[in-house]
Amino acid sequence: MNPLRLVRARPDAPFTVTFDGREIPALPGRTVAAVLWAAGITSWRTTRTSGSPRGVFCGIGVCHDCLVTVDGRPNQRACLVPAVPGADIRTQEGTGHDA
Amino acid sequence: MTREPAGLAVVGAGPAGLAAAVAAAGLGVRVVLLDAAPGPGGQFYRQPAAGLGARRPGALHHQWRTWRRLRAALDTLVDRGRVTCLTEHHVWAVEREADGLTVHALLGPEQDRSVAVRAASVLLATGGYEKVLPFPGWTLPGVLTAGGAQAMLKGGLVLPGRRAVVAGTGPLLLPVATGLAGAGAAVVALVESAGPKDFVRRSRALAAEPAKLAEGAGYAAGLVRHRIPFRGRHTVVEAHGGDRLEAVTVAALDAEGRPRAGTLRRLACDTLAVSHGMLPHTDLAETLGCRLDGPDVHVDDEQRTDVPGVWAAGEATGIGGAALALAEGHIAGHSVAARLAGTAPDPDAWAGAARVRTRLRAFFAALDGVYAPPRQWPELVTDDTVACRCEDVTAGAVRSAVRDLGAGDLRTVKLLTRAGMGWCQGRICAPGVAGVAGCDLTPTRRPIARPVPLGVLATPPDRPDAPGHPEAPDRHDEHDQIDPPDPTPSKGLS
Repeated sequence: MNPLRLVRARPDAPFTVTFDGREIPALPGRTVAAVLWAAGITSWRTTRTSGSPRGVFCGIGVCHDCLVTVDGRPNQRACLVPAVPGADIRTQEGTGHDA
Repeated sequence: MTREPAGLAVVGAGPAGLAAAVAAAGLGVRVVLLDAAPGPGGQFYRQPAAGLGARRPGALHHQWRTWRRLRAALDTLVDRGRVTCLTEHHVWAVEREADGLTVHALLGPEQDRSVAVRAASVLLATGGYEKVLPFPGWTLPGVLTAGGAQAMLKGGLVLPGRRAVVAGTGPLLLPVATGLAGAGAAVVALVESAGPKDFVRRSRALAAEPAKLAEGAGYAAGLVRHRIPFRGRHTVVEAHGGDRLEAVTVAALDAEGRPRAGTLRRLACDTLAVSHGMLPHTDLAETLGCRLDGPDVHVDDEQRTDVPGVWAAGEATGIGGAALALAEGHIAGHSVAARLAGTAPDPDAWAGAARVRTRLRAFFAALDGVYAPPRQWPELVTDDTVACRCEDVTAGAVRSAVRDLGAGDLRTVKLLTRAGMGWCQGRICAPGVAGVAGCDLTPTRRPIARPVPLGVLATPPDRPDAPGHPEAPDRHDEHDQIDPPDPTPSKGLS
């Protein structure tokens, strides 16, 4: 069993996004966080001071743990931002403004 | 339809907001319903994205029939022009003005433009979010809130991993554990710090709500069906892993709420869904100057706050679940309709909802006494455990602020350590930092409810109710082209 099967999902046409330059598949409507999870990726940020990895924590836009850089814009909440075809998603280091 | 300000602006399209919008609009009030999500439902009825083509979304939900009824009623009222749904509107402030209220919302995923929606009255149905107390390893990727796991499952149809532990305390753990298992995850254990004795002590109050007991029995049957071991009076002592979660250590609790020697067990897992209860979202209420009772927005029998024109319903007025939120929203909608018409409402019109409200408030007050984190939980938080996730502030730094620098309250701890100063503005870390510091959890005043770009604050807001605006309530097309805003003088947030 998987979640898509459980709800008998018939998704619209899939597309791809890139994560750190690597192509990964995406289903329409999924957030950046859901797309990364589905690809087996659970962390996409390192913290400013200790450089420790982070991913989704609250899942509903409150905690800001899941910040990520999308199409050159840092500090996007992966759990809220919808993934769009060709999105350039990159691991965010610290504030995302030091690169 | 006129382009006058709406009669009622509802903030939050979860059970409370939907029930209120449907009740008020059914009584002739013109309602604008705002929510940050792409569609109505809130957290409880969070729907899969349309593009995922779920043909049986109810498989992930409880009380699905109630949702269908609510949704049908809402759709009818939208078709009749009585309710305008403004989705992907992230409300960041509500202002009182001489002639009503203005709701400020950031638009869409980019959130770099704000609109202002004016209304004669506002209902705050802002819901709640999860409380998670810190423990060693809780910042590892793979550790997430129980509600977060559920949100990702309901909304994105994804699982965080294959082997999950669900832990903490509270009624939410049961549906999360059975929901993850039903969707294909192996749930290795449900770890609950409350024990059977805690339930027995409150059994009379709990037995007064047979429907809730039946719901609990249903979840218990689900645990059995999915072979999920239930470990009562246990806690997660530590989460282990390098770059991501690999295992957790759980232990049984003694009478003082401390891990019992010899009971530590290591469970391999790639997901830990954890929750220690819920907290109400009260930022908007506090900015308006509404009185709080402890962490909850104070309301009267009609769900009115003590600020004229402002009602509140659902989790914001006290955590009590979806059924209570529906009852409170229904009452609020009736009250708004009467008060806007200049009459006193007839409580007989909502007698049934009032009875449900009374019973469920009593039930959740009793539950509150049952579910609790281990009494000595701060002892398990090692000095090198992060207490504030945003600012990477350790429990050791918090303790040092108290011990060496004399901090005696949350605000002073924040000023000395930066704990609570980050992106989430202390929403996540406040309970944990307060516990580690040994001081009271005092509400933080947050005049702006979510991060707002400075450029937005510097620009006069768009007013969708202005004549000709593409988002005027008589237009149903999505906003893709926004006219330049009227140069109305911008009011500061002083």
